[in-house]
Amino acid sequence: MDLNTVWFALVVALLTGYALLDGFDLGVGILHPLAQDGEERRMLMSSIAPVWDGNEVWLLTGGGAIFAAFPNVYATLFSGFYLALILLLAALILRALSLEFRGQRPEPSWRNAWDWTFAGASLVASLLLGTALGNIVRGVPIGTDGEFSGSFLGLLNPYGLLMGAFACALFALHGALYLGCKTEGSLREKALAWAQSSFNIFGVLLAMMLCASLFFIPRIGELLRLHPAALALPLLAVLAAADVRRELGCGSPHRALLALSASIVLLAALFGASLYPDLLPSLPSPENSLDIYNACSSPKTLKIMLVIALTGMPVVVAYQAFVYRIFRGKVRPDAY
Amino acid sequence: MSVELLARIQFALTVGFHYLYPPLSIGLGVLIVCLEGRWFFSQDPLYRRLSEFWTRIFGLTFAVGVATGIVMEFEFGTNWASYSRFVGDVFGSPLAAEGVFAFFLESIFLGVLLFGRGRVTPRFYLASSVLVALGAHLSAFWIIVANSWQQTPAGFHIVGEGLKARAEITDFWAMVFNPSTLDRYSHVLGGAWMTGAFFMVSVSAYYLLRKRHEDGAKASLKTGLALAALASILQLGTGHVSAITVAKHQPAKLAAFEGLYETRTWAPLYAFGWVDAKNERVIGLPVPGLLSLLVHFDPRVPVTGLREIPAQDRPPVNFVFQTYHIMIGLGMLMIGLSAAGLFFWWRGSLFEQRWLLRAYLPSFLLPQIANQTGWISAEVGRQPWIVYNLLRTSQGFSKTVGASEILFSLILFALLYALIFILFAMTLWNKIEHGPDEATQEPTWT
Repeated sequence: MDLNTVWFALVVALLTGYALLDGFDLGVGILHPLAQDGEERRMLMSSIAPVWDGNEVWLLTGGGAIFAAFPNVYATLFSGFYLALILLLAALILRALSLEFRGQRPEPSWRNAWDWTFAGASLVASLLLGTALGNIVRGVPIGTDGEFSGSFLGLLNPYGLLMGAFACALFALHGALYLGCKTEGSLREKALAWAQSSFNIFGVLLAMMLCASLFFIPRIGELLRLHPAALALPLLAVLAAADVRRELGCGSPHRALLALSASIVLLAALFGASLYPDLLPSLPSPENSLDIYNACSSPKTLKIMLVIALTGMPVVVAYQAFVYRIFRGKVRPDAY
Repeated sequence: MSVELLARIQFALTVGFHYLYPPLSIGLGVLIVCLEGRWFFSQDPLYRRLSEFWTRIFGLTFAVGVATGIVMEFEFGTNWASYSRFVGDVFGSPLAAEGVFAFFLESIFLGVLLFGRGRVTPRFYLASSVLVALGAHLSAFWIIVANSWQQTPAGFHIVGEGLKARAEITDFWAMVFNPSTLDRYSHVLGGAWMTGAFFMVSVSAYYLLRKRHEDGAKASLKTGLALAALASILQLGTGHVSAITVAKHQPAKLAAFEGLYETRTWAPLYAFGWVDAKNERVIGLPVPGLLSLLVHFDPRVPVTGLREIPAQDRPPVNFVFQTYHIMIGLGMLMIGLSAAGLFFWWRGSLFEQRWLLRAYLPSFLLPQIANQTGWISAEVGRQPWIVYNLLRTSQGFSKTVGASEILFSLILFALLYALIFILFAMTLWNKIEHGPDEATQEPTWT
């Protein structure tokens, strides 16, 4: 395996880490308006308060890793998806603001405004992230100069939007399961009910998304034709998703959360494998695609970055897991 | 307006606004470690209350710093794609290293600091405060590495030609410790410590003048003042060393700092002045020979003037001159303010000097303005280069992003940041009004 492939795998791993971690706190945001009163909404925000910031760093580090390892992808993708990215940034800022400022004043109108900001920003961020991923998998117009030659509206194609909706449902389910683990009493009952209903939407969208991917995204069909063993990835992802349902039926959100995480990892592996060795495929002229060889940094930089990643990331994962352990158990209404 | 100009305005707005917060959290991070350490070793509950109070303010500052910082990580790609292609091989690794080595550390342990007091041992809590401060300092380090490489590029070679040309790394450590990294890093840290310290001094002075939370305010005032004095003296040294590096590696920038057109011995340093760029002269109060003396330790050694530099390679002189001199003037003022404080502290009458406390009241603004103007002079002084002597700013912006798109994002950021600023100021004011007493818990959603 060459360095470029290692870096491809690491970028996929960083973004998967982001989906696993920030996924549930985005999901808590999407579910936020379903909470009945101020007390419940406070509990929802409290459940993610100590950890959401560290979760979001996975996205930042993913962005930094793409910049360092594949600067041409960073440049083409981020300038090409300009408006989408600016909206994503605005949504992430508004989310951070609502988490910070909601509790600063007692007036119901103040809290209400932040509640809706939090929910709207979480939904928009999830939708944009999913849509962006859908477009990357599908391919975007790239000119011979390696620059994006499409438009913002072009990103809103059916497959991209389907992936956006799928991401919203996935994160909502992820968030509901997390809440099921972190809360007790009536709120836990509610969270489990939200998990049930978001599972139903998630299940339908998962089926639609997989069918659309198999039949309309040639690279995924091709992957399965060339490497039939890869068929295990979507099959296991569906099985893991089915297991989420089973565990929910047994009233065990912890195991359902694990099953859903496994499903996320398998889907990420499927999309990663189908992209490889492309990072940003070009549609309709595949010869302009940015791949791990024509868009990468020098071998020396890839080697340096590998040392940074291999020394730094295990430590990060260790202390992040440790801090999650500190905050294990049910969320306390007064965490200060 | 052109794409280049709009992209520059947007970058200046977003980075300038962002930079209101990280120096404050770096400085407060150090001060919180001091207070938390006092509490750990003395078990005096006053210090615990103070540490908790300043940690609440740190949390607010950090949250806004993060919210505005994400933009920076992505803006190179969105607005400066051609720059990103050119420098990615070199410039990307410090940014990624910041995430891996610094930002995770800071964000994750801040969760413990804000929400974990009751869940961890006092020793672990103290360690968390150290790790958060360490994370903030490391974060600044990697960002300064990246920015210093734009000023004094090293450890690379150029591969390819024309539009395909790019910088590739040859020596990682030469890139990390490029000629200006350590000078600029120490100067930025000094500025950050002053920002935190004078903020603490300001708030404490406010309490003392109003006769509120006096025990806490006295302890905070001393802690803040000690760091303010240390950092403002340190800044003289780091500023001086920085200027020498600039003279050696970026002569056009140094010449713009002092409006020096003619290469001459006994080059003057201006206390203040106005650059008449058309007639290539400065109207103001010069100290003859001081610039030569400071840069070369000998007034008889010539300093390079702007006439040696082709007109198209010169930065806008008066703008750089003014921002640089505002920074220097404020630096001197802050040395005076902290020296006065130390003097009366030594005499044992610090808290009776109401005139001094009144002078301290608005002093939180001084390091903030000095930070902003210092950065403006450093970055505008680098113009017209985005990477000094290698790539022009006009070659760096994104080719696929139109002026109307940037105008849209610029207005969006301006509105969002105005909102953030109002919310931050309002919340900060509530926290200060509430003060360090735990008698009445302030309302929170947590």
